Amino acid sequence: MSASNLEKVLKGGNFAVTSECGPPRGADAEVVSKKGSYLKGYVDGVNVTDNQTSVVRMSSIAAAVLLKQMGFDPIMQMVCRDRNRIALQSDLLGAAALGLDNVLCLSGDHQKFGDHPTAKNVFDIDSMQLIQTIKQLRDEGRFLGGEEVKGRPDMFIGCAENPFADPFEIRAMRLAKKAACGAQFVQTQCIFNVPKFEKWMEMVRDLGVHEKIYILAGVTPCKSIGMARYMQKSVPGMDVPEELITRLKGVPKENVAEEGIKICVETIEQMRAIKGVAGVHIMAIEWEQKVAGIVEAAKLYPRPAI
Amino acid sequence: MIVANRKPFEEIVELVKAYKSILLLGCNECVTVCAAGGAKEVAVLASELRMHREKEGQPIEVKEHVLERNCDPEYVVSLAPIIGDAEAILSMACGCGIQFVGEHYRQMRVLPAVNTTFDGVAEEQGVWAERCLGCGNCILDKTLGVCPVTRCAKSLFNGPCGGSHGGKCEVSDETPCGWQLIVDRYKEMNMLDKYMEIQPLKNWSTSRDGGPRKRVREDLKL
Repeated sequence: MSASNLEKVLKGGNFAVTSECGPPRGADAEVVSKKGSYLKGYVDGVNVTDNQTSVVRMSSIAAAVLLKQMGFDPIMQMVCRDRNRIALQSDLLGAAALGLDNVLCLSGDHQKFGDHPTAKNVFDIDSMQLIQTIKQLRDEGRFLGGEEVKGRPDMFIGCAENPFADPFEIRAMRLAKKAACGAQFVQTQCIFNVPKFEKWMEMVRDLGVHEKIYILAGVTPCKSIGMARYMQKSVPGMDVPEELITRLKGVPKENVAEEGIKICVETIEQMRAIKGVAGVHIMAIEWEQKVAGIVEAAKLYPRPAI
Repeated sequence: MIVANRKPFEEIVELVKAYKSILLLGCNECVTVCAAGGAKEVAVLASELRMHREKEGQPIEVKEHVLERNCDPEYVVSLAPIIGDAEAILSMACGCGIQFVGEHYRQMRVLPAVNTTFDGVAEEQGVWAERCLGCGNCILDKTLGVCPVTRCAKSLFNGPCGGSHGGKCEVSDETPCGWQLIVDRYKEMNMLDKYMEIQPLKNWSTSRDGGPRKRVREDLKL
């Protein structure tokens, strides 16, 4: 077992809570500590995104180390878009040497969406192969090239899955594949369409995957009707039902944000009732200060001290 | 076929600005089929250039010629008398042809009038689309005839990313999701279980990553 707090919480049978901290678009470490301060004590692990939406930000390794110094258990995200197998393995060794215990493997948003759309992408390996790579470094102590690793990176390996993307029929199989590659936990895309998520979980259980991998259900509080509409219309693979927007529209303007949080808390409660869901991943996009309140309202506070 | 696309006229005008006499060279192969640089396109561009330069008060002599193949020495060597006193060659052949003509006529500038874009097919009249990146290590047997290297914007080997929606790629609603196409094929052939096979890391050394590639057939050499 790695030194990961998240791994201990999950293995201890606790319903886990993770959240997210997007590194700043600059070299200011204080932005990271400020965002971190909102989450302190309320989460078991915190994701540090890796140039999400292909926008250049402080590296996930550096921001994760800053959070580690604050006492967090960071979950370093790693995308396959920007680094080949040489750089990925090198950064994994570096991250482990700096005390990072969790890694989350992603293919990465296409660079077209970011601030450098004319960049060349890499995609030497895909997210499943990245999972395999980390497992090989850790468990077999061999680089992809076959040479021995002197000082294995001991990491808790995570991945992501989007139950709302197409083709739907292979989305549970895709998670099974990731588990077979060596992923130990998964965080899902933001869940707004609960019935569809339940259907996906049923398929996951049919394959027995929930017994092989810890499933953390992704939730996001909607700040405004505009945000919900944007996610519904413009974010690929996001499923925001019209009923959610209708509900937000049904409250006075000054209460929309509060209603968004209420929906998020209700979603967490629904997730806790689903067999095979081992925790929640709260993605409060540029709204980190609301995470503590959500965790408390969902009666998930205090977090287990391990 | 190799698919190309004519450069914007303004860019071509700029390329030949310094010359009073050029050879405009087309090719009878791929660029003819994809209507980018065959006899017809050569004639159109030649007229456009002449008219434009006439209007600017700087007439240009444009000699038109279409080679059977610009990528084959047998035809390329025949160009010498045709070049004559042209100051430069403006080529509507693909990038291979442009370079190969330049290799044979080293005193000439060979300028590109087209952008060479991809290896593809004619999906319908007037529509061409990419199919092969020439990675040198074909796995079309595994994905039932749909190439993930070429048709997935991220060249993913083990399934679609989270951006696949309604059969489309996250990069553009105009682009089909390559993995949706593969999964559709698995279903058509009643082979969805095949999706569970984990594809190992690709050996890219047979692709461009191994450096420029060459194929030699000793038995065919003279």
